[in-house]
Amino acid sequence: MKKNYGPFYVAPVTVWLACFFVIPISIIVYYSFLTKGINGGVIHKLSLDAFRALYNPTIFQITINTFQVAILATVIMVSFAIPASYFMARSRFKNFFLLLVIIPFWTNFLIRIYAWMAILGNNGIFNNILLSTGIINNHIQFLYNTNAVILVTIYTYLPFAILPLYSTIEKFDFSLLEAARDLGATKWKAMASILLPNIRGGITTAVLFTFIPAFGSYAIPQIIGGTNSYMLGNVIARELTVTRNWPLASSISMVLTVFTTLGVLLFMRFNRSATESARGQKQKTVAAGAKA
Amino acid sequence: MKKLSKPNQPNQKWAGKKTGKFSLGMFSLVICFLYMPLIILVVYSFNESRMMNWGGFSLRWYEELFFSSGSLWQSFGNSAMIAVTSATVSTLIGTLGAIGLYWYNFRFRKAIQLTAFLPMLIPEIIIGVSLLIFFAGLKFQLSLFTIFLAHTTFNIPFVLLVVMARLEEFDFTIIEAAYDLGAREFQALLKVILPTAFPGIMSGFLIAVTLSLEDFVITFFVSGPGSSTLPLHIYSMIRFGVSPVINALSVIVIAGTVVLAVLSRNVVKLVFQQNR
Repeated sequence: MKKNYGPFYVAPVTVWLACFFVIPISIIVYYSFLTKGINGGVIHKLSLDAFRALYNPTIFQITINTFQVAILATVIMVSFAIPASYFMARSRFKNFFLLLVIIPFWTNFLIRIYAWMAILGNNGIFNNILLSTGIINNHIQFLYNTNAVILVTIYTYLPFAILPLYSTIEKFDFSLLEAARDLGATKWKAMASILLPNIRGGITTAVLFTFIPAFGSYAIPQIIGGTNSYMLGNVIARELTVTRNWPLASSISMVLTVFTTLGVLLFMRFNRSATESARGQKQKTVAAGAKA
Repeated sequence: MKKLSKPNQPNQKWAGKKTGKFSLGMFSLVICFLYMPLIILVVYSFNESRMMNWGGFSLRWYEELFFSSGSLWQSFGNSAMIAVTSATVSTLIGTLGAIGLYWYNFRFRKAIQLTAFLPMLIPEIIIGVSLLIFFAGLKFQLSLFTIFLAHTTFNIPFVLLVVMARLEEFDFTIIEAAYDLGAREFQALLKVILPTAFPGIMSGFLIAVTLSLEDFVITFFVSGPGSSTLPLHIYSMIRFGVSPVINALSVIVIAGTVVLAVLSRNVVKLVFQQNR
C-alpha cells in the first residue's frame, strides 16, 4: 500500500474548523461558568449564576414557547409535506414540481418573511381588503403574535420538509402498495402500514431539518413576533447585545445546543433502526394484506 | 442500470392512474401557500401607491431601486464578493477534506468527520454568537473579513457532504489502476480524482455561493459598522415596515432565483452527463 496521505488532505479542514468552530463553541461553554462583567464581557471567576438565571420564570416561559412553536410548526409542515411529496414523486411532471418547490426555497429568506409583512401587516393587503369592503372598521393586528411566528416559520421551512421526503418516496417501490391492495388492504391501510414505515428515514430527516432551524429561530420572531412571542434565540441576542450578560447568553446557547444535539442523537438511533426494519418490509406487505 | 429500471416498471403502469384526490389537494395547497406571497409581491411592485392598496400601474419603484439606492447596491457588491471568495476557499478546503476522509483511514478520522458535519446540525444563531464572542476575545475588528471567515466556516460542511456523496458513487479501482500504472499521489489526485469528483465539487461550490448570499443570522452577529451585506440591508429596510422599493427588489431577487434554479439544474445535468 502507498503512503497514507489522509492527514495531509484533512489538515486544512481540521485546522479551520478547530479555529472557527470548536474553539468558539468551547469558549461559550467556558463563559457560561463565569461571572458577568459590569459593562458586558466576563470576569474570570467561576460561578453558576448563569445557570441559576435559567430558572427565572420569564426564561422558562420563553423556553416553553420555543418548544411550542417549533413542535407545532414541525408537525404541521411534515403532515403537509408527506402527501404533497407523495404526489410529486408519483407524478409524470416530478422534475417540474421539484423546481416549483425549490424556487421559493432559494428565494431570499428575509424577502419571504417580508412578503408576510406586506400581506398581514397593519397596512398590509389583507387589512386593506377587509377595510375597503367594510367588513371591519379598524385594522386588525395579525402580526406580532405567536400564531404569526408559527405561520411564517412554516412558510420558510416547508421546503426543508418536502425535499428529503420527496427523495425518499421517489425511491419507494410503489408496486408494494399495489401488492397490499391485491391482498385486500384498504387504500389508507396500505399507506399507513406499507408507505409510512418504509419512508421512516425520510420522515425523521424532514422532522430534524425543520425542527432544528425552527427551534433555533431568531429572525422570524424578531421581525414577525411581538414581546410575548419571544423565542430562545431572541433572548440570546438580547443578553449578548443589549443587556450584555455574556454568561447568561452562553448558558442559554448551551441549552439550545444540548436540546438540538439530543435531537440529532435520537434521530441517528431512530434512523438506524429504520433501515434495519426496512429490510423486513416486504414480508410486512403480505402481513398487512392478510390482516385486512 | 438495469437493476434500477426493473422495480420502476410498475410505476410506469401506475403513472396513468390518479394518485388520489387527497394528495393532489395537499400538493395544490402547498404550492398555493408557497407562491401566493411571492405573486403578491410581484403584483404590488408595479403599484403606483406607496401603500399596499392599488393605485395604478407604475415603474417608479424600479426606477428608485436602480437609480437611487446606492447603498443597497454596495451591500449587494459586498454580498457577491463574500459569496465568491468564501465559496472558493470552502470548496478547496472541503474537497481536500472529503478526499482525505473518504480514501484514507487514520487516527481520529471518525472524530474529524463527525465534527466537520456538526456546524450543519446546530442552530445558526449558536455559530453566530460563538464567533462573535470569539472575535471579541481576539479583539478582531468586525468587518467584511470576519463575515468571510464565518461564511467559509458554515460552507465547509456542505461542500464536504456533497463531494463525499459524489465520491461514494464512483469506482475506486480506477485509483488503484492509476497507482499500478505508476501514477504518483499528486498525479492521481490531479488526473483521476479531481476530474471524476468534478460534478460534486461544482455543485458544492454552487451550494456554498447560494448559502453565503442567503445568510442573515450568522452575518448579523459577525458584521461590523459599514460592512453590510444584501440580507442585512434588507433587514434594516423591513424593520421600518412595508416599502415598495423592497417589493421591486423582491421581484429582481425572485427572477434571479428562478434563472439560477433553472440554470444550475441544467449545468449540473450537463456536467454529470459529460463525466459518465
